[in-house]
Amino acid sequence: MSTEHAEGSAARFHEVEPNVWQIEPTGAMRVPGRIFASRDLIDALDEKVREQLANVAALPGIVGASFAMPDAHWGYGFPIGGVAAFDPDRGGVVSAGGVGFDISCGVRTFTTGMKAAELGDRLETVAHDLYRTVPAGVGWGGAVKLTVPELDEALAGGARWAVEKGWGEADDLERIEEGGRMPGAEPSRVSRRAKERQLHEIGSLGSGNHYLELQVVEHVYDAEAAAAYRLSEGDLLVTIHCGSRGLGHQIGTEFLQRFVSVAPRYGITLPDRELACAPIRSPEGEEYLGAMRAAINCALANRQVIGALVRKVFARHFPSVKLRLLYDVSHNTCKAEEHEVDGKKRLLFVHRKGATRAFGPGHAEVPLEYRGVGQPVLIGGTMGTASYVLAGTSLSESRAFSSSCHGAGRKMSRTKAKTMWQGKPLIRELAEKGIVIKSHTAKGVAEEAPGAYKDVDEVARVAEEAGLSRRVARVLPIACVKG
Amino acid sequence: MAWEHFEHAADVGVRGRGNTPARAFEEAARALFSLLSADLAAIRPSVEERVACEAANLEELLVAFLNELLFLFDSRRVVFGRFEVAIEDAPGRARLTAIARGEPFDPRRHEFTVLPKGATFTALEVARRDGEWVAQCVVDV
Repeated sequence: MSTEHAEGSAARFHEVEPNVWQIEPTGAMRVPGRIFASRDLIDALDEKVREQLANVAALPGIVGASFAMPDAHWGYGFPIGGVAAFDPDRGGVVSAGGVGFDISCGVRTFTTGMKAAELGDRLETVAHDLYRTVPAGVGWGGAVKLTVPELDEALAGGARWAVEKGWGEADDLERIEEGGRMPGAEPSRVSRRAKERQLHEIGSLGSGNHYLELQVVEHVYDAEAAAAYRLSEGDLLVTIHCGSRGLGHQIGTEFLQRFVSVAPRYGITLPDRELACAPIRSPEGEEYLGAMRAAINCALANRQVIGALVRKVFARHFPSVKLRLLYDVSHNTCKAEEHEVDGKKRLLFVHRKGATRAFGPGHAEVPLEYRGVGQPVLIGGTMGTASYVLAGTSLSESRAFSSSCHGAGRKMSRTKAKTMWQGKPLIRELAEKGIVIKSHTAKGVAEEAPGAYKDVDEVARVAEEAGLSRRVARVLPIACVKG
Repeated sequence: MAWEHFEHAADVGVRGRGNTPARAFEEAARALFSLLSADLAAIRPSVEERVACEAANLEELLVAFLNELLFLFDSRRVVFGRFEVAIEDAPGRARLTAIARGEPFDPRRHEFTVLPKGATFTALEVARRDGEWVAQCVVDV
């Protein structure tokens, strides 16, 4: 079946199978561009995403295709929701823009062992305590203040470092990607300036689309996976969405600028400066990888510390309740992974920018207790709409190097959202729906209005129908702390 | 007002205008800091920071300048409202020196919208348009 997309342009998408659309290679493209989307999502797709997919497909050493997940939108160089794998032995590149500024931004979810209904009239009190206890927004600093040598330890150790310092439990580490510590991190590759931006920020949510939510499991789709993940309908969950803060931003900024100047030296033509990259096997490429992995550890440590703060809040209100980490995923990374290409195992550097790794059942990287059902994939919605817990599938490996979506994806600019919604009335409107919003910025809340995002239910459904991951549970927010 | 925000799918565009590139850069910096403090006029000039940067051309210089200011905000916790920029633009090399004035950021007094992560090369332009200089780019937030 091949249906031409109605919105015409030189290189059109055509539907190669249901929910899979392709742009054939033209011009400098080395591989096709491929997006997983329903017709509704493709019709609403920004033309820039198509252009960016084609640009990424032209980068040296790219393998298979340049992919976009169902929540894709216009990013820098690479689309947000973009996945691209590069072979280091065939001139493959690493790109700071392919990872994003907020390196290792991600989501972690805790089960609480209690039902949301048990919160009763304490919802507001608990939400307020979370708001007071977990640093969020701009200018408050984080829970932990470090010296440069201490920060170096955190950058080398990730969530493991945090656990050693008393933040959280050793048992958490099994349910964090890479066991809580990204190997190959080189704190010495992180500039002094990047470290200066982070000394006071470990244990802080940040702002923008980052949040801390209390959620209720509204619906279970897959009983077997839900049982493995210890989820049932009515359960209270806590979810954290944040990243590597100022350190990651500075590393992204510095290497983007550096790659712009070194790319021509390696004979790389850049159709867009944001695609700036260097060969994986080059001094600059290796330097970035060492720094970027240190930033992954920074994000893992950050979420570990925030998780421990959340536990403190729960201990104050519900002393017998034990928060158990369900899983922690990062969605802005470049990771070296083995994937099967044309029947052969190859080591590839997979960029996922606004995309989540989604290993299927049986994969050695999936914690033993989840290995039968696949890796949990945590999808953040908006403060007024659902989030999802998905599971990696066996098919996902052959679909897009074991990758899935990461959230709802914006459909409306912040500037426009501010003209359509106002913070305070929106907070009242959500309160009427039973959702408590705690924020340091009313303007920021307006920019994050649920209506500014794509339909997350459609994104999750398409991710399942396209075989990227399958739906395990739909969860709804009941309280949201916004940065 | 010689600065404004322009639309981008997920982030924010900052744009400054002026009769020289330096004035346009100053206004672009104000557009950036308006995300951190809604009322720029209320920022007291009690702290002064000096900034110097260099790039291959005016456009990359704008990105470097805005990123330098974000670094200062994050590491020194100072919010700026006034800028004095001087630019030397030679072929293949553009240099900037600036004085940024502001005060320690106080989340109780400075109404922020969102924390900018970095200035990007997206929609990046420093050009003369309709008789005035425009300096703009998208900022990742």
